[in-house]
Amino acid sequence: MGTMETNEAALIARILAGDKELFHELIRPYERMVYLTLFAIVKNETEAEDGAQEAVISAYRHLASFRGDAKFSTWLTTIAINQGRRRLRKAKGAAEESIEEPAGGHEGDFTPAPLTDWREIPLEALERKELREALRVAVAELPDIYRQVFVLRDLEEQNIEETAEVLGINPGAVKVRLHRARMMLQKRLVPFLKTTAPARRGFFGRAL
Amino acid sequence: MKLDCKHVWEHISEYIDGSVDAKLREDIERHLEHCEICSAILDSTRNILILTADERTFELPVGYSERLHERLAKELESSKKDSEKE
Repeated sequence: MGTMETNEAALIARILAGDKELFHELIRPYERMVYLTLFAIVKNETEAEDGAQEAVISAYRHLASFRGDAKFSTWLTTIAINQGRRRLRKAKGAAEESIEEPAGGHEGDFTPAPLTDWREIPLEALERKELREALRVAVAELPDIYRQVFVLRDLEEQNIEETAEVLGINPGAVKVRLHRARMMLQKRLVPFLKTTAPARRGFFGRAL
Repeated sequence: MKLDCKHVWEHISEYIDGSVDAKLREDIERHLEHCEICSAILDSTRNILILTADERTFELPVGYSERLHERLAKELESSKKDSEKE
């Protein structure tokens, strides 16, 4: 068990013993994660923030039911996902959100877009605001099942097992969805880069 | 085994995560040595991941943390009152 988990377990024990103020400290490293998880589901800032608050309050109220057999972050993410799904259902006022693979989901084109000039782009290009904005938009527009996996894995840096557990899918599905999400993003961002990178001629941009 | 580009693309995500086996890793790396297209795809995908993990890309709403802890403080206050009543 790492130091972080040891400290966390000690914190949790003290909170449950009555030192309630420590919950602020317990939650602080996960604030960002909770918000991003909510945002990945509800896709609306206000809803995500309200949901994040509800999720944190809910975690506080139910802390005694946290058994420590899962990581605290996994437990908290599960609460956040449930909160997000509840809000989504409410907003849609309809049947449960489908978390199933969309029909024909395996037929899609998940191949990356070829380019050769990315490496010509200086690292400073990554500092450009427009590129970050393009990425935000592209992530927001991913189909739900891909966006959720991508956010948990690549934004929150949770591992495959944790991601599988909180989404209630198997690790194989996490890998497949993550791969597709990354390839869709790569494809989406390449044209954006091409318009900003110096144009090159020739077969696949290769100098002839 | 000599890999074609499509085969490399299929494994790019796992390759980035370091979850391909040693043999496949070696095959992919040999392919990347001579294939500019796949190298560029790998680099661009990696750069997207770097950008994704950059905290400036996905920012939290201004004041999010303050509001969260304010709300939490209220909750703690009322739960303390409840336990005093008991």
